[in-house]
Amino acid sequence: MADALCPVATDRMMRGAVATDIAAIWTLLETVTDPEIPVITIRDLGILRDVRLQDGEIEVVITPTYSGCPAMNQIEDDVRAVLQAHGVTARVVTQLAPAWTTDWMTEQGRSRLREYGIAPPHALAASNIVQFAPKKIAKYQEPVTACPLCGSQNTTETSHFGSTACKALYRCLDCMEPFDLFKPH
Amino acid sequence: MAAAAHTTAAHTRCGHLDYLLQLADNALVLGQRNAEWCGHGPVLEEDIALANMSLDLIGQARLLYQHAAALMSDGATEAVTEDALAYFRDAGQFRNYTLLELPHHGPLAPGAAAPRDYATTIARNFLYSALMVLLWDALQASRDAQLAAIAAKSLKEVHYHLRHSQGWLVRLGDGTAESHARAQGALDHLMPYTQEFWAAGAAEAAAARDAIGVPTASLQATWDALVNDALRDATLVRPPAGGHVSQGKNGVHSEHLSYLLGEMQSLARQHPEATW
Repeated sequence: MADALCPVATDRMMRGAVATDIAAIWTLLETVTDPEIPVITIRDLGILRDVRLQDGEIEVVITPTYSGCPAMNQIEDDVRAVLQAHGVTARVVTQLAPAWTTDWMTEQGRSRLREYGIAPPHALAASNIVQFAPKKIAKYQEPVTACPLCGSQNTTETSHFGSTACKALYRCLDCMEPFDLFKPH
Repeated sequence: MAAAAHTTAAHTRCGHLDYLLQLADNALVLGQRNAEWCGHGPVLEEDIALANMSLDLIGQARLLYQHAAALMSDGATEAVTEDALAYFRDAGQFRNYTLLELPHHGPLAPGAAAPRDYATTIARNFLYSALMVLLWDALQASRDAQLAAIAAKSLKEVHYHLRHSQGWLVRLGDGTAESHARAQGALDHLMPYTQEFWAAGAAEAAAARDAIGVPTASLQATWDALVNDALRDATLVRPPAGGHVSQGKNGVHSEHLSYLLGEMQSLARQHPEATW
């Protein structure tokens, strides 16, 4: 067989095929959306971390948003289902580190959230929200959140906890509409 | 299941596992306790807030149980599961702080009943999250890479919990005469149980020695500063330290834990093979 006769060429061919496969899998997974906020894909959310070849097997790496996010099992099933529908068998692995942050959300994801009526998260990298100091917590000022419906910056937080772990409840003081903020995390 | 770990006679490994279970049990027991407010919150937003925080805590517990179960299953004949750790251990095997299993009200005469008191819920959440922002922060440097990863994730969540409970503690303490009295009463009742945080524990000592854990007592000064600061804002008086030091983390619990576990574990025990 050709494999036995020309291992080098076969190896090169296979590596090319794998690269194509991996690119194709990324594309397939573009269709997997968040079960609770279906306008945003898991790639745009930053949940889909990697697609790689591990010991001859395709491995899809995902990371949870919050520790208790009930959508994680569903996302895992959805990833597997989409791949299976295209004849791809892959292992889905959950990886915790580095911890997920909303800074990984893509621009496309942010604009889709806004169009859907959810204010996208503020950038965290420069803020002090995850660093600890008693005084900092007391003095921490929320950045201004613009209303996704009318654009006004005259908004107020109703509750830091909303319908899902990743959202806070807000209210616009100009158009008076309530809305969700995807919490910077 | 725990027997599998202990037959290795490796005290290091036991200390490691017990330490993970202590962290997991703390999160699970408080998560379950706070979930009692689901559908009964004083206002809708608080109902949702408490349910969200329970979800975080139960999520943290799951990650820790999964990690402990994987370590226990390594080399054992029968695989240990996270469900076995959560649902098939009895009260004496739980390692959570006694503070976290207490009901949502002050002490009562035997047989007496009381409605849930939100000041008790808030004061407890505050005292515990003030500890956990420090502990999770320190555990990010654990030699156990998976524990460090769980710590980094949990730290972000517990910041929200601290912010929530601290905000409410100030509002209740510096609120009406009624809310102030109830917040002070809750603090007087619960503060003595925090002495358990700093008391000696075998699992903590072993884990700290191996750089897997940190000595909790090393966090006490920072915790004191954080708590005193919030109590000042809340116009509450910190009760003097002293008296009985509870021993939940060493497996000696109040009578309340068995009732809590009874409710939480009954379904899994009646239908041990159930899947859904």
